[in-house]
Amino acid sequence: MDTLMLSRIQFGANISFHILFPTITIALGWVLLFFKLRFNATGERKWMDAYLFWVKVFALSFAMGVVSGITMSFQFGTNWPGFMEKVGNIAGPLLAYEVMTAFFLEAVFLGIMLFGFSRVKNWVHTLATFLVAFGTTMSMFWILVLNSWMHTPQGFEMIDGVAHATNWLEIIFNPSLPYRFTHMALASGLTVAFLIAGISAFRLLWGDRSEAVKSALRVGVFLAAGLIPAQILMGDLHGLNTLEYQPQKVAAMEGNWETQSNVPLLLFALPNEETRSNDFEIGIPNGASLILKHKADGVVPGLNDFVAEDGTNLHPPVAPVFWSFRIMVGTGMAMLLLSWGTAVMIRRYGAGNLPKPVLWSLSGMAFSGWIATLAGWYTTEIGRQPWLVQGVVTTKEAVADVPPTMVLSTLILYLAIYAALTLAYMGTITYLAMKAARGEPLSNRKYPRSGEAEIAAISPAE
Amino acid sequence: MDLLGFPPETWLPWAFASLMGLSILIYVILDGFDLGVGMLMPFCETEAEKDRLVASIGPFWDANETWLVLAIGILLVAFPTAHGVILTALYLPVFVMLFGLILRGVSFEFRAKAPAAQKPYWNTAFVVGSLMASLSQGFMLGMYIMGLTWTWAHVGFAVLTAVFLSVGYSFIGAAWLIAKTEGALQKKAIGWAKGGIWGLILGIGAVSLATPFVSPRIFDKWFEFPQALYLAPLPLISGAMVVFLWWKLRRLPQENDRYAWTPFAAATTLFTCSYIGMAYSFYPYVVPEKITIYEAASAPESLLIILAGTLFVLPAILGYTALSYYIFRGKAQELHYD
Repeated sequence: MDTLMLSRIQFGANISFHILFPTITIALGWVLLFFKLRFNATGERKWMDAYLFWVKVFALSFAMGVVSGITMSFQFGTNWPGFMEKVGNIAGPLLAYEVMTAFFLEAVFLGIMLFGFSRVKNWVHTLATFLVAFGTTMSMFWILVLNSWMHTPQGFEMIDGVAHATNWLEIIFNPSLPYRFTHMALASGLTVAFLIAGISAFRLLWGDRSEAVKSALRVGVFLAAGLIPAQILMGDLHGLNTLEYQPQKVAAMEGNWETQSNVPLLLFALPNEETRSNDFEIGIPNGASLILKHKADGVVPGLNDFVAEDGTNLHPPVAPVFWSFRIMVGTGMAMLLLSWGTAVMIRRYGAGNLPKPVLWSLSGMAFSGWIATLAGWYTTEIGRQPWLVQGVVTTKEAVADVPPTMVLSTLILYLAIYAALTLAYMGTITYLAMKAARGEPLSNRKYPRSGEAEIAAISPAE
Repeated sequence: MDLLGFPPETWLPWAFASLMGLSILIYVILDGFDLGVGMLMPFCETEAEKDRLVASIGPFWDANETWLVLAIGILLVAFPTAHGVILTALYLPVFVMLFGLILRGVSFEFRAKAPAAQKPYWNTAFVVGSLMASLSQGFMLGMYIMGLTWTWAHVGFAVLTAVFLSVGYSFIGAAWLIAKTEGALQKKAIGWAKGGIWGLILGIGAVSLATPFVSPRIFDKWFEFPQALYLAPLPLISGAMVVFLWWKLRRLPQENDRYAWTPFAAATTLFTCSYIGMAYSFYPYVVPEKITIYEAASAPESLLIILAGTLFVLPAILGYTALSYYIFRGKAQELHYD
């Protein structure tokens, strides 16, 4: 493999590993604030217990996100110098604003949020929790501004092959930002909802009957049931936006080679770039036309319109985009069924009396948000190829001139540590859940507003 | 938009070079002490001591590392061509540093949360990660001074700076521990600081000896009259600090824990002097002897929009960073979430 492909895999591996953790911390910050505010309002110990359990997951996820994020900020330079040389005037300020308005805010107040509960006034701790949640969300905003701009660039002019900003409002509020931001925010919410529901179900299976775990399960399931329809709607709107600005990506998602009407919605197919057609197609007639154009004979753009005169493809590789998209949608459908089914059962039987198969299904889906999020990102980012910035810079033009062996050897080490850390992360969360399920108290303190008796000291949480 | 009669093409790169320099300096001091604490962990005898070491940096390390992101961010946004040149040349050491920072950053969390049987492994990962990050940063410093060219002589020099910077970090880490711990552990930290001061002196000495010979331009700055006078306060202050540390470390700990903070203050002053000396020598180059900050700078309109934000945000960052150090002032306590 050449440096380009290896660098793409390396950056893909880094960014995939990275996004797992912000996807959790962005929404979990707000859920923690919710737990904290419930505790402030009611003084019920269960909310503080829920807070204290999930704040550990938050701390762990945050550390993973920080270290993998630092890696990425360096890889722009080590692997993709052409990116900053060509569009640095636009990407630079956006990244700078992320560091300045978000990174420091979350990093500093995280210390107070995690370890400051007994050192500062309660309202300061609540405020620190809010600022961390706000910081992670701001961070997402700036990153998605830059990412959206790479898909739908505007507000700039090219002078001597270098992009110069002409209108910052146009750059920031570029056409795909609202869709991408909302889609990602909802993805984060769903990932956290399923994580909380799944881990709580797992604790119930391990015999945990505490009020904290039942309340957390309810929060997780109802949050999931509420967000998933919104996400499906948002995904559809995002798709229509992509159809307008990056039709070649939608063509790859649908596996549609020729621009035509009455395009079926393919449930299964093996896109074949040699023959430029699909093998083993199974589809719903007129489905894609109906979804994208809202009428059965709607014309859907085809991949063959995106081939340069010399035969090079100006559309993305079809199979990865086609399949990533289906994995995302499939996971979303499973989320819809499970969350709505469980929500109905909680209404009927209560969160403490859910049947075991349901609890096992929820546990199994604890990390399903990761699968859907990654599949979604693969769809949109592989779907941007061969462009790095749509219509402005190709990925090939930006790659560093580094020997492929060097990229390969570091890639292998990155993959090894990422795999090990992902396993350690999932294992540790499971371990924390089992420990909590065994009834080890999360705290041996009497909370300021708790009316309950102090639980005998065994060992402090940290 | 002229400033004091200078056109934006002149004062903007200068402003950003200063901002980047400030971020690197703050990073070197802040993450320097917490990487140093990480490397001192093997010298602890009990698990309680190790926990106390981690507790002394737990609330801060994350924000400390953010200064690295800011520094590299400014390099990226303000001097994009230099960013590419420097990072491509330092591909491998950057990788080692990132690998180390990953290992060590996650070990903070895992050692406290994973099953107790795993804790020794995460402690090891914490030490190894801290060591990898420090060594690679020292190595990059050496390569940078030598102009980013990979020859055996340069690599040899970089290996030296790698060792010295790591010892220097351990020293400032020990100084931090003198301020943040008490009793037996504090006495140990004083011993570690006495052991580390040698490395610091040798390190500063090696860099000071090598730097003027990198180019005749820097040589003139150092030894040509009257330019040399600008530089004169730095060795004088540094020398005073070394003498002070030498003397003070023999007298600590004192009654009521007085002056426990002075070694850290002196170490910070030493780091700052060495750093200013380097910055002064290499100015106006961002890639030594190849690319100046003026040649590498981004378009003025992009720099202006970043600067506008920075002027608002940086004081706030400094403010709440100070708040955090104030909240967690005094001797390090056991870390707990409740």
